[in-house]
Formats: sequence, C-alpha cells, structure tokens
Amino acid sequence: MLASPRLAPMSGIYLDHAATTPMLEVAITAMDTQLRTLGNPSSLHTQGRAVRKDLEEARESIARAVDCDPTEVIFTASGTEANNTALKGIYWSSRKNGRNVVVISAIEHHAILDPALWLAEHEGAEIVYIGVDVHGVIKLDELREFIEQRADEIAVISVMASNNETGVIQPIAEVVAIAGDIPVHSDAVQSFRKSELSFNKLGLYAMTISAHKIGGPIGVGALILKRTIEIPALLHGGGQEREIRSGTLNAPAIVSFAAAVSDHSYQASMVSELRDFFAQEVVALIPDAYVNGINAARLPGIVNVTFPGTQSDTLLLLMDAEKVSCSTGSACSAGVHRPSHVLLAMGHNEITAQSSLRFSFGSQSTIQDCQYALSVLPDVIRRGRAANFV
Amino acid sequence: MKIIAAMSGGVDSAVAAARAVEAGHEVIGVHLALASNPQKYRSGARGCCTIEDSHDARRAADVIGIPFYIWDMAEEFHAGVVEDFMSEYAAGRTPNPCLRCNEKIKFAAVLDRARAMGFDGVVTGHYARTEIGPTGKTLHRAIDISKDQSYVLSVLTVEQINGAIFPLGDTTKVDIRKEAESRGLAVAQKPDSHDICFVPSGDNAGWLRERLGSEVGPIVDQEGTKIGEHKGAYTYTIGQRKGLGITVPTSDGSPRFVLKIEPVTNTVVVGAREELAVTSMVGERPVWCGPAVTTAPTQGLVQVRAHGQALSCTYFLRDGFLVAELDLPLLGLATGQAMVIYDGDRVVGSATICETA
Repeated sequence: MLASPRLAPMSGIYLDHAATTPMLEVAITAMDTQLRTLGNPSSLHTQGRAVRKDLEEARESIARAVDCDPTEVIFTASGTEANNTALKGIYWSSRKNGRNVVVISAIEHHAILDPALWLAEHEGAEIVYIGVDVHGVIKLDELREFIEQRADEIAVISVMASNNETGVIQPIAEVVAIAGDIPVHSDAVQSFRKSELSFNKLGLYAMTISAHKIGGPIGVGALILKRTIEIPALLHGGGQEREIRSGTLNAPAIVSFAAAVSDHSYQASMVSELRDFFAQEVVALIPDAYVNGINAARLPGIVNVTFPGTQSDTLLLLMDAEKVSCSTGSACSAGVHRPSHVLLAMGHNEITAQSSLRFSFGSQSTIQDCQYALSVLPDVIRRGRAANFV
Repeated sequence: MKIIAAMSGGVDSAVAAARAVEAGHEVIGVHLALASNPQKYRSGARGCCTIEDSHDARRAADVIGIPFYIWDMAEEFHAGVVEDFMSEYAAGRTPNPCLRCNEKIKFAAVLDRARAMGFDGVVTGHYARTEIGPTGKTLHRAIDISKDQSYVLSVLTVEQINGAIFPLGDTTKVDIRKEAESRGLAVAQKPDSHDICFVPSGDNAGWLRERLGSEVGPIVDQEGTKIGEHKGAYTYTIGQRKGLGITVPTSDGSPRFVLKIEPVTNTVVVGAREELAVTSMVGERPVWCGPAVTTAPTQGLVQVRAHGQALSCTYFLRDGFLVAELDLPLLGLATGQAMVIYDGDRVVGSATICETA
C-alpha cells in the first residue's frame, strides 16, 4: 500500500482532530440561520421568546445525547469554563462541610490541573493525584485505598472520561461506584459522541462537554450538573444559567452545538480502523516506535506514538513542513513544549515524555491521508533524530 | 535555500526574515525561548524573551507570511550563557554574554539543529556583512558603524559563517525601521534592547550579589594597604572609577580606579589612572572567522569592547594563544572580554582576554 506514489496534498493533511475538527455543514447552517435571527433569549417579547424557544430545543437535544435532564445542561463559553465552574463550585460547596481535599487523576487536562492548583494556592485545598498504570488507566486500587482512609475530607473527585493525549478511556462508572457519596466530576470533552457516555447511567455529579470537538463551533461548551445541586457561581450577573453561570446566552453557538450533536455522520468503527491501520504502519516503518496505551480501551480517533531519540516539537515542525498537521500533546502558554505529564504518569522518563506525537482522526479522514503521512514519516524521523543528537 | 530565521520579536530580526523571503529563500521563523520562567511583559528595553516578545515575533512571521515555531533553548542558554556569566564574574573576569550566546546558542545549537533537520542555514537580524572572497565566505563590519555587531559575532567559525545570513549589514538602523514600517511590521518602532537580557532589572551587580553572595572584602591600594570595603569583588570591573565608596583621599587628590580583582582573596586593588595602561594582551581559545592567524606578526586592528574603538596593533599566535601588541597604550582592560582582530573591516578572529600587560 505504501508503494503507491506520494501524493502532494492540496491544502495539507489534517491529523489533529482532537484539537479541533471541521464544523459540520448542519452546524454551520444552524449557526448562520441563528445569527440572522434577532433576539436576546432572556428578553420577554416576541423576538426574545422565539430565540429562547430555539435555545431550549437545543438544550433538550443536547440533554438527550448526554442522557440527562435538560435542566442539568448549563451552557458555558468553553470546556475550560465548565471544568472551572464544576471543580471550584463543588469544592466551595463541600468546603462548607469541612472538606478540602481535591482528588484528581495525574493525567487530567490543564483545564482541571490548573484550577486544582489554583484552589490549593488560594483556597486552602489539598490536591491528591491518583496515578495511572503503564497503559494510561487510572489506578482504581489507589483511589479506593485513599477514599477508605480519608473519605470524610474529600471535597470533589474529578477524573476525565478519556485522555486527550493518548485517547485512553477511563473507568468512570467504577470511579463513581468507589466514590460513594463523594461528588464526582468528569471532563468528557474528548469522549462526548466518540464513545459510550450516559450521564445518568454513570451516576456523575457533573460532566463537561464542548462543541468544537464534535463538529460544532468553538466558543461553546456545557457543564452538565445534577439537578438540585447548588454550587457558587464563577461569573455573576444576570444569572441566566441556573444562577450558576451569567452572561447573555450565545444562541447561535448553542443551536449550532445542538445541530452537531444531532448529526450521526461520525462512524466510530471507521475512524478506529484508520487509527489502527496508521498505528500498525507506523510501527512497521519505524521499528522502535511504540503506541502509548495500545493495550487499553481507547477513543476511535487518537493514536499517540513515541519515537525514541527525537524531540516532539522538532517532529511537529518537520511534519508541518511536509503539510501534515499533528500535535505534541498539550502546549503551555509560551508555546514551549515540556515533557508530557500524561506520559510521565504512565512511566515515561523526562526524555521519552518529550518524544511523542499525537495523530488524531475524524470522520473526514481518509486512508489516503494516512498513506501520505506515512510516506513522509521515515524521513521526518530520520531528520528529527539527527537534530536531536547534534 | 531552506533557512531558519531566528526571530527575537524585535524589528531587526523581523526585517531580516522578510528580506530572506524576498531573496527567494524558503524561510521558517523560530523564536528562541531562552528563559526557563519567562516574564509576561517586557520591562523597558531589557529582556528579549518575554511572552510578549514571542507574541511580537509570531505576529511579524504572520505579516511576512512564514511558518512560526518556538524552540525551547532555556537549558542550553542557562548552561552555556548564564552559568558562564556567573562563573566568569566569580573568577574576577568580565564576560560578554551576547558573544557567548552567539557562540553557543544561535550559531551552534540552533544552526546545528537546523542543519540536521535539513535546513541550510540561519538568518538573523545582526548588523554585520559577509562577503565571498578568494578564501571563501568572510565576516565584515556593517555599514552602520554605530550598530555594527561584528564584535559579538567574532566567535563564529568559518563553518558557522557559511551557515549564517545577515541581510541587514548593508543598511542603517534608521532605514531598517522605515522598511519595517513600510512592510507593515508592528515592531517597527519597538525600542532596541540593551544590556543583558537575563538581568531584566539592569542591575548586574545586584543580580550577581543575589547569586554569588555579597561577602565583604577589602579594597586595597597597590601597596596592599586597606582603604575601603566592598560587597563582592565580582561586581567591579577593571577601570571602574565610580561606586568605590572610598573615603581616604589620595595624596594629590587624583581619583582611584579599579586595577585588579583577586577572586581568591576577594580583594579589589585600586590605584592611579596611569596604572591602567595596557600595551599588550593575550587571549585564550582563539576562533578564526577566516584563514587562521599564524606566528608571523601581522599589522591590524584589535577591538576589546562591543562598541569600542579598533586600535592599531601587531597580532600573532604564540603557543596557541592570540597576542596583540598595541601601537599606543590603552587604559583599563578587563580580562574575560573578547579581543577581536580586524583586517580593515574584515573580522580575522577573536579570543578571550586572559592576560594583559
């Protein structure tokens, strides 16, 4: 298959769908229509009521997809905002009862890690990180043991539904079962619409989703928060979203989000076939490369490969120059790449934790995309290795 | 050619990158993150690797229309430049960190990495020129003498010069700013950076004191008589007159100058101005920017400070050390500085001054 001539891509090969993925046509149409519709959904007059109706229908269809009550959907401007609202809000509520321990997995996204650190620095929280095994799966025994010892002190537990760097799916139902009465939040930004996920069945307190990972627009997310749970707000103002989130509701983005949710073009089995084909070929081409979390249940679209003897930011530049867009994992504010905390938690050392690339696939990805990326990869790795040993 | 443009976020490197694109090169912009804990904002004219600077570099790359990346060279910078700066001062010498950065980071770590990745060279916004002569590519002073940076580039080997492109050497700074303006680069009027980028306060002595301690030691005259005290000998430089805090006047009322720094005994020796006179200097670890200097005495010029005068001298190699004998004496010369030999406007080579007489 690889012997086929190297095709020069027109606009490049996009293998970074976990960062963001193209907006679906239905979502663009819905947004466009709504942008042309006048009205603040909180206004009481005709126009306001009309937009409110569209917005509530959007809320209902998102609730159906999440398997929660519409009241439980709190729209935010991003997944990060939803994570912050959940972690800080639940922490503040629990602290009233003398609980100050924040339990998170060691592989959380910065949108959980950083609010947790903030709570520790400013609000007296004690953070406890639960480790993961070599496959990238949270150590349930470690969690159980900790809860047995200090259940009364735990304010909140937050474990992501699947990891953004490796795609490894986390056993959230087990986490919730072990947690008992302790509130559990899950950042499901990567998992939503990619793997089986039911808010009700999981028994979560709170969950985070985001529109742009599923073909909706950037700039809208939602915190799914159990009915009757009251948490302090981060943003104060009009109290639009259950008094937990204020700010004029972004109707065009929300309606577009719902349109993306209602689309069923994402074929998990096809995407995972591409992922597996790609991973298999990478390892065949670069014999010492290995896929992180390969033995764990993973999202269909993410493959994280370590290329020993390379530095991921060099590889990214070289792949980019060959018109293949992929990612090194998560970048910090200065754009400087550090060892991945996810790979470190999985047992990598400081060097190999900086030697990986994440390739992520979406519905639009094709076998030709994979073949093109594979055709440029060996030379990129060769040059990347040479650059690393100067 | 495929080249990497080192983009600091300043006006010079932005115009240099733009000119390289116009010259037909395939250019990729790279900002070097040199501080392990970068500050968010520039403070005055200091600091060249704040997050704000990397943003400026990114915007310049956008305007020029080239890809842009950030390379983390903080570890290399700390090991090669910051630690060298501290240990040189601790040894009683006066280092030039910009020169060290060119030697170890910009034209070593970056150029080597670029070449390994398949690029042909590095373009920077330094004010210097290169020429192709009978012996190959040579390094020359910039047209704008007030901005000439050939001194801090004198640590480049022929091999490194071959991989370096300096598109600004034929233009004055004033014109570069105008050009930046006409190219729509937002950094056109950004202030020049001065001083040492990793000492954002500009207070070198304070910065050194924090890291090397401030052990009190004697200030003595040439006879060894203690006439004052200091807080860390390394905060002084040969030839320094101000800030000695000596209350005992000289017999003839003439000022005193720092003549010598003795790190082992933490002693600063002061004396009269004429004692500073130097007529010859010896440099270690010489680097040749073209054909190597031989043991045969040659007439030329030597420059010992980044923006100092070039002085007439006879230079030659002796036991692997570069020696320069001055036609006229020079007052106050610190060891640790670079002695850079010029043949007219061509940079012959350089060495780190280890001995003066």
